[in-house]
Amino acid sequence: MSVDIRIRNAVKKYGDNTIIPDLSLDIREGEFFTLLGPSGCGKTTLLRMIAGFNTIEGGDFFFNDVRINDMDPVKRNIGMVFQNYAIFPHLTVEKNVAFGLKNRNLPKEEIAAKTDQFLKLVKIEEYRTRMPERLSGGQQQRVALARALAITPDVLLMDEPLSNLDAKLRVEMRTVIKEIQNEIGITTVYVTHDQEEAMAVSDRIAVMNEGDIQQIGIPKALYQRPANLFVASFIGLTNLITSRLEISNGQTYICLPGEYKIPLDTIRKEERRAQDVILSIRPEELYVKPFGEDGVAAYVDDAVFLGLNTHYFIHFEDGEKAEIIQESQIDSIIEKGTKISLGVKTDKINVFDTEGKRNLVEGVVNDLDAYSGAL
Amino acid sequence: MRATLSKKGDVWRLVSVLILVLYAVILVYPLARLLKVSVITPDGHFSLDGFRAFFGQRYYVRSISNSLKVSVAATVISLLVGVPLAYFYQMYELKGKSLLQVLIILCSMSAPFIGAYAWIVLMGRSGIFTKLLGGIGIKVGSIYGFKGILLVLTLQLFPLVFLYTCGALKNIDNSLLEASINMGRSGTKMFLTVVIPLCMPTIIAAALLVFMRAFADFGTPLLIGEGYKTFPVIIYDAYFAETGGNRMFGATVSIIGIIITACIFLIQNYFSNRHKFTMNAMHTIERKQAHGLKNVLINVYSWFVVALAFMPQVYVIYSSFQKTSGKLFVPGYSLDSYRFAFTHLKKAIPNTFKIGITALAIMIVLAVLIAYLVVRRSNFANKVIDTLSMVPYIIPGSVIGIALVLAFSKRPLLLTGTVTIMVIALIIRRIPYTIRSSVAVLQQIPLSIEEAALSLGASKMKTFFTITVPMMGNGIISGAILSWVTIITELSTAVILYNANTITLTLAVYTYVSRGSYGVAAAYATILTVTTIISLLLYMRVTGNKEVTL
Ligand SMILES: Nc1ncnc2c1ncn2[C@@H]1O[C@H](COP(=O)(O)OP(=O)(O)OP(=O)(O)O)[C@@H](O)[C@H]1O
Ligand SMILES: [Mg+2]
Repeated sequence: MSVDIRIRNAVKKYGDNTIIPDLSLDIREGEFFTLLGPSGCGKTTLLRMIAGFNTIEGGDFFFNDVRINDMDPVKRNIGMVFQNYAIFPHLTVEKNVAFGLKNRNLPKEEIAAKTDQFLKLVKIEEYRTRMPERLSGGQQQRVALARALAITPDVLLMDEPLSNLDAKLRVEMRTVIKEIQNEIGITTVYVTHDQEEAMAVSDRIAVMNEGDIQQIGIPKALYQRPANLFVASFIGLTNLITSRLEISNGQTYICLPGEYKIPLDTIRKEERRAQDVILSIRPEELYVKPFGEDGVAAYVDDAVFLGLNTHYFIHFEDGEKAEIIQESQIDSIIEKGTKISLGVKTDKINVFDTEGKRNLVEGVVNDLDAYSGAL
Repeated sequence: MRATLSKKGDVWRLVSVLILVLYAVILVYPLARLLKVSVITPDGHFSLDGFRAFFGQRYYVRSISNSLKVSVAATVISLLVGVPLAYFYQMYELKGKSLLQVLIILCSMSAPFIGAYAWIVLMGRSGIFTKLLGGIGIKVGSIYGFKGILLVLTLQLFPLVFLYTCGALKNIDNSLLEASINMGRSGTKMFLTVVIPLCMPTIIAAALLVFMRAFADFGTPLLIGEGYKTFPVIIYDAYFAETGGNRMFGATVSIIGIIITACIFLIQNYFSNRHKFTMNAMHTIERKQAHGLKNVLINVYSWFVVALAFMPQVYVIYSSFQKTSGKLFVPGYSLDSYRFAFTHLKKAIPNTFKIGITALAIMIVLAVLIAYLVVRRSNFANKVIDTLSMVPYIIPGSVIGIALVLAFSKRPLLLTGTVTIMVIALIIRRIPYTIRSSVAVLQQIPLSIEEAALSLGASKMKTFFTITVPMMGNGIISGAILSWVTIITELSTAVILYNANTITLTLAVYTYVSRGSYGVAAAYATILTVTTIISLLLYMRVTGNKEVTL
């Protein structure tokens, strides 16, 4: 039986060091929820608070309506997949998977049946009698997953389960994890600092920084309408350009380098006033036009051909640099030093206040806002 | 230079040959002599009379079963005491845990017979506790015989189990325990079904070590065993009878001893091969604070066993300052025992250092060379060296002593009674441990570093001395200090080889204990203990931590 997880005003301290000052979060039943953030931001810490391996210095943790703060980790019915797999080296694959089942006083046949079922699910039944030492990294990871799932936990917790694998296997295994999660529909909390991985597997993502959650939302929302500058620059590539909002004749404009002004209709009504802002323009939100056409003037510094796309490194007339991604063309790559004009896909760009705390554009969805009132 | 080298093979081949020759002389030849003397009569006939004499007498045969009983019991109890202690120590915040650990190490390093004699003085027929408790009507059972040997050996050996198990626990990744808890196993159940199996390879190794020590220890049963004769005591008696006459019998008993320990080793090997896996902790187990009754119980348990094990040493130090009259302690305190100790057996202290340091220096050089050959130049000859160097690990010390006497009592190899033979004995006995630790250190050093040096034009020897050895440095030094402690407390071989000129501190303690001069013995023992403590502090300084791993 899956549960939903509610965390209210969680506090974590190590000695006098506050790692998580005040964190609230809802994880829905059956969803694949990812904690994403830079190294040291407290992802593991939070995950282990849910698992019961870290003390909780403040706040409340609920599984459905049951407060679990003081519940013994043994009783929380959690499946956990560890970064280093934590496979018992002295037990065969099969016995590793059966380990948790044996603690439940199930009849022998049921243990055998369930072990089979999960060995098959993760596709390692042919290695069942092997010792873990003689398995590859990916196979060990599958054992870890099968072992965690075999106990039919209420919640599946995974702390960077793929970080010990090579790049290709990482992509392969994340698909496996996602598929299996879909199949059994278990509430899953996943930790990673790889944003691409997060986007690939998650239903929703919480972006963390320094113990605070910055934004919670579906991958698309985080990428297209980041709630603040941190999220904008942590997820995906982006060019940050200092700029100004100006209003004339009731129309809002943004100023781009070279005194080039573009009308912008996406700014929220209450923010439509003259003010300094920071623009976040992703490389694919700029497009190259031949010089002379209407657009921002810029010069190409370098070009990198990557197959599908070509990356251009450019600078504007005021010297500010930016990166652009264009679909590769058949004819030729633009030479270094070429002067170009740039068009802007205005509906896509994001505009932040000078502190980077707020996105001024309409359509920002941050599930975190649900709690800010309740705090 | 290069041409000559490639013709003869490299320098390391020469080193292999030299070491092989050395082992042939100091180990293979003495053991071969021993075997020969045991089955060839002085007039040159093959005969199994020695074996017949041994197995024909219940008295002798019983000594084997006695020894096995004592050793098995001591091993089991040491494990039962030591493994939980290590678990508590690594898992929970114990009160004064640093001190606790230092005390445990000190216990493991003292000579067992000192424990035996302290327990006699405390709980023997006219022991202090016996009288005190007798005064209030409590009768303590006899400390002599099986029970006494078991008590002393267990208290001496559980610290070894502790140290080994701690090493294994440090290799367990915390997430393994968390995984177990997640899947519903915690507490005692987790200890029994996860922690113990994970430590099994180490526990089996520790069990062998403890068993061998218990089986080979002869000082303890000699002092406290009384009528309960164990096998090493028989070897010792046979040897001293042998100096009087029947050499064959002494040799026979020694060979029987080797056969028994070899069997034990094979049995252990069988089990350890079935429990083989490696672990490497990314996150070591973090100590937790236990609460309530549990906290009280684990603290009481830990401190109780350690206090019990350490009490003899405290008592020995205390009694070294007691006033004596003749061999008896009288009320009051004085330094007479020390005065006596420093004026008699004047050679004991300098000998201890002379013999110990010489043996240590040669042993380190040899061990490092052998470790290098074993790890980096694996070939048949070096495998032979590896095996040879480990042979003494399973041979009782007194047997080695007897083999050396048999081999080196005639010209041109007349060495008996010299410092040289003592040094050889110590090297043979202790080098297996030093080699193991050097091998472990060397395995941590990537081969590519040496290859880089070679590619930059350094010769093989230069690479070894300027790159490999310095990188092994700390590991070697810390290993050496621990070896040093075992060297200065070695008794069972030395007691067969020593004479008035080559007596050491440990032997001096033994001599005066067996003469009943407990005050003087205590003074020597205290000097020994202080030397041990200083060595241990040095070790902690060098390794920069408080954790001793064997
Ligand atoms: N046992 C501890 N004692 C003290 N501080 C700790 C402890 N564990 C973690 N911290 C601190 O808490 C902060 C968050 O650590 P945490 O392990 O949760 O980071 P993370 O987000 O998982 O990072 P990574 O991506 O590198 O795994 C870090 O600053 C870390 O130094
Ligand atoms: Mg982490």
